[in-house]
Amino acid sequence: MLLKMNKISKSFGEVAVLKSIDLKLEKGQLLGLVGENGAGKSTLMNILGGLFAPSRGTMELNAEPFIPNSPNDALKAGIAFVHQELNLFTNLTVMENLFISDFPKKSMLGLSFLDRKKAIRKTDELLSEMGLSISPLAKVDQLTAAQQQLLEITKILNNSPQIIIFDEPTTSLTRYETEKLFSLIRKLKADGTGIIYISHNLEDVMLLADQIMVLRDGQLICQEDKTALSIPKLVKAMVGRDLDQYFPSRTTMPAEENLLEVKHLFGGLVQEVSFSIRKQEVLGFYGLVGAGRSELARLLYGLDPFTSGNIRWKRNKISKPSPTKWVHEGMAFLTENRREEGLMIQQSIEKNIQLAGLTKERSLGNLIPKQIIKNKVRQQANANKIKYHDISRQAVATLSGGNQQKVVLAKWLLLGPELLILDEPTKGIDIGARHEIYTLTNNLVKAGSSILLISSDIEELIGLCDRILVMSEGRLTKEFQKGSFDRSNILAAALHGQEKDEKR
Amino acid sequence: MGAMAGISNSKSGFIIYLCVGYYLIMAVLAPGFFTLNNTMNLLFNLLPLLIIAIGQTYVMLTAGIDLSVTSIVAMCSVLGGFMMSSDTGLFQSEFAAILFGISTMLLGGALIGTINGFAVAKLGMPAFMVTLTTMILFSGLAIWLTQSQNLYNLPEAFIDMPYTSLLGIPIPVYVGLLVVLVAYFLLNRTIFGEWIYAVGANTKTAKISGVNVPKTIVLVYVFSGLCAAVGAILYTARLETGSPVMGQNILLDVIGAVVIGGTSLFGGKGKIAWTFFGALFMTLLDNSLNLLNLSFFIIMVVKGSVILGAAILNTVLEKSLKAT
Repeated sequence: MLLKMNKISKSFGEVAVLKSIDLKLEKGQLLGLVGENGAGKSTLMNILGGLFAPSRGTMELNAEPFIPNSPNDALKAGIAFVHQELNLFTNLTVMENLFISDFPKKSMLGLSFLDRKKAIRKTDELLSEMGLSISPLAKVDQLTAAQQQLLEITKILNNSPQIIIFDEPTTSLTRYETEKLFSLIRKLKADGTGIIYISHNLEDVMLLADQIMVLRDGQLICQEDKTALSIPKLVKAMVGRDLDQYFPSRTTMPAEENLLEVKHLFGGLVQEVSFSIRKQEVLGFYGLVGAGRSELARLLYGLDPFTSGNIRWKRNKISKPSPTKWVHEGMAFLTENRREEGLMIQQSIEKNIQLAGLTKERSLGNLIPKQIIKNKVRQQANANKIKYHDISRQAVATLSGGNQQKVVLAKWLLLGPELLILDEPTKGIDIGARHEIYTLTNNLVKAGSSILLISSDIEELIGLCDRILVMSEGRLTKEFQKGSFDRSNILAAALHGQEKDEKR
Repeated sequence: MGAMAGISNSKSGFIIYLCVGYYLIMAVLAPGFFTLNNTMNLLFNLLPLLIIAIGQTYVMLTAGIDLSVTSIVAMCSVLGGFMMSSDTGLFQSEFAAILFGISTMLLGGALIGTINGFAVAKLGMPAFMVTLTTMILFSGLAIWLTQSQNLYNLPEAFIDMPYTSLLGIPIPVYVGLLVVLVAYFLLNRTIFGEWIYAVGANTKTAKISGVNVPKTIVLVYVFSGLCAAVGAILYTARLETGSPVMGQNILLDVIGAVVIGGTSLFGGKGKIAWTFFGALFMTLLDNSLNLLNLSFFIIMVVKGSVILGAAILNTVLEKSLKAT
């Protein structure tokens, strides 16, 4: 037995976060760890990683008592943690990141110097082992999210760990890159590394895991072989009830009338993109990371300038789009970077929700009708099922990821946009919150609005959209209508550009 | 009542207790501190500082800083001196001189503020750099324009203004009250105020949420310039002269007042009430150290130490608040 955790309990003050959890991991085994946000997955892993000491319970590593006093202790014992938030120095190079704590040295005249040549060579070796074709001297902030993720894993493998904990490793990866990561994980397993894999993506977990452990409200619901489980069973174990439908149904049809028309748009990555979106339509955009979907949305919303092309909104030409103009016109943009672009993380929930809708509610020019806004914000927060205890004092930083996303969504729903652009709206969000977000956006469409949905989750697009456009290398490659959605064709269209490259 | 509860249970409660405690100690220790005469003195020192610090609060709420307030005070004082002094004799009637003098000062403050705001918002330059250069530029300009001479012979009514009372209250108090009320109202009751907090809390989020970020930034620097101009009006009247070096020592007091009040240097957090008590504390400190008959340099040492001590205490208290 590689790892055993026995009756682990943890309380923070009065609050019991973990209640007597048992965990077993064999060599070369992959344990999937699932549960909603706040179920206690992170706390359990942080205990294993040496960040917290358990309130009760013991751990054994290779049948010896294991009592880490710090993350460093755990790392030395061979337990590595790939966090969802990457631990990279984005201002440094790839090489410097890999050797930050242990740079190769050479000795000259009795003095010790950094051996850059050796470091570059070793970096090259490590990178090619990972199948990463990047320069050792590239700055990390110039890498794509996927490359950064793989670099983080490279860094960890450099310490040859016995156990690797992956926390949501695929949220910033496309399907293609995910497959690469998965084959790496399988290889690690074959080499005898024990792996604990945390994810909200149950299909991935079902695909990879030997055993799956479900936590709910700090309690162990089950640890069973994958063969005894199914996704509906897992969902039920996680949520504690049946979710009748994963994607809530919607019967509305797109209207004839176009709401937005984009013609021959060029700018940055985006190469001659033309499309239109109709009233009450849910239009999906699929593609690999770097295909230009987010960039297209940013051009459209006026966050980046476009070089040529034109945009028509309700038949009127919009020559210089800007967020201020769009918010006034009724377009909203939920970006993929919730913390950096969606929230004011230290401000109250109320301040966050009211921000965009204020201009609509103003009276006498510039005055804020405080009480009216307060009531509307509260109604919207409740409609979005945000779990809070003090809406006007509690900072959004104290909320879970799912609830934070519901705050951003509440901000836009309060504005009542005619077109809502959603960029990876359910990235890293648990099933319960995800379901609620789907329901809310469906209701928005029922009320007459349109949605432009950018997602790397094919299931999500198929479940929600009326039409799916696929992008590859900045261009639109294919269009799919509801009723003729086909997973493998969509994926093929997304890979289209890459195949062409390989043939060349 | 609700507002007081809000203040006392947040970290700004600290600065209130500090002011009250310091006042009581000095009332015992410092000779001549607890007298009507000194209280008036305190008030007259407090008002211009408070007004300028309020403008600075707006700027700091957007995560900016306005170092040019000292040069705005000097520049406005000189401008007002030119317009009003009987030596230049631009206006025959005292009323016209005062009217145009004050308007010019306000306009000058707003103009320098516009330059600052434009450079920060539209050109994307760091506020520290922009306002440092405008500070040097306009301080120099004020001295060059006057050839380092003070402008005397200002209108009687203007010079008497600090000592003129309406319903038993001196006019500067009305001015201060007006600035406080306007600043509070703009910040808490208008979209402009909400936008100021949003820009400071997270510029990207603010922009995407439809906030007109450049406009907001330009306006806070204009507001700061206007506040500095109002401060200059009070200083000029009190010192009875248009001086090109007026206000050159107040930068520490202004920024100290805002920061010690609890406004975050990183933006998004701060209140007018906090700055009021911050300015009050700085004024109490200055006044009491003067009364203790310490030398100018000792006063600087003590002032620096007390501000540092207060800042440390504040940080420690905040951390212990967070820990519970």
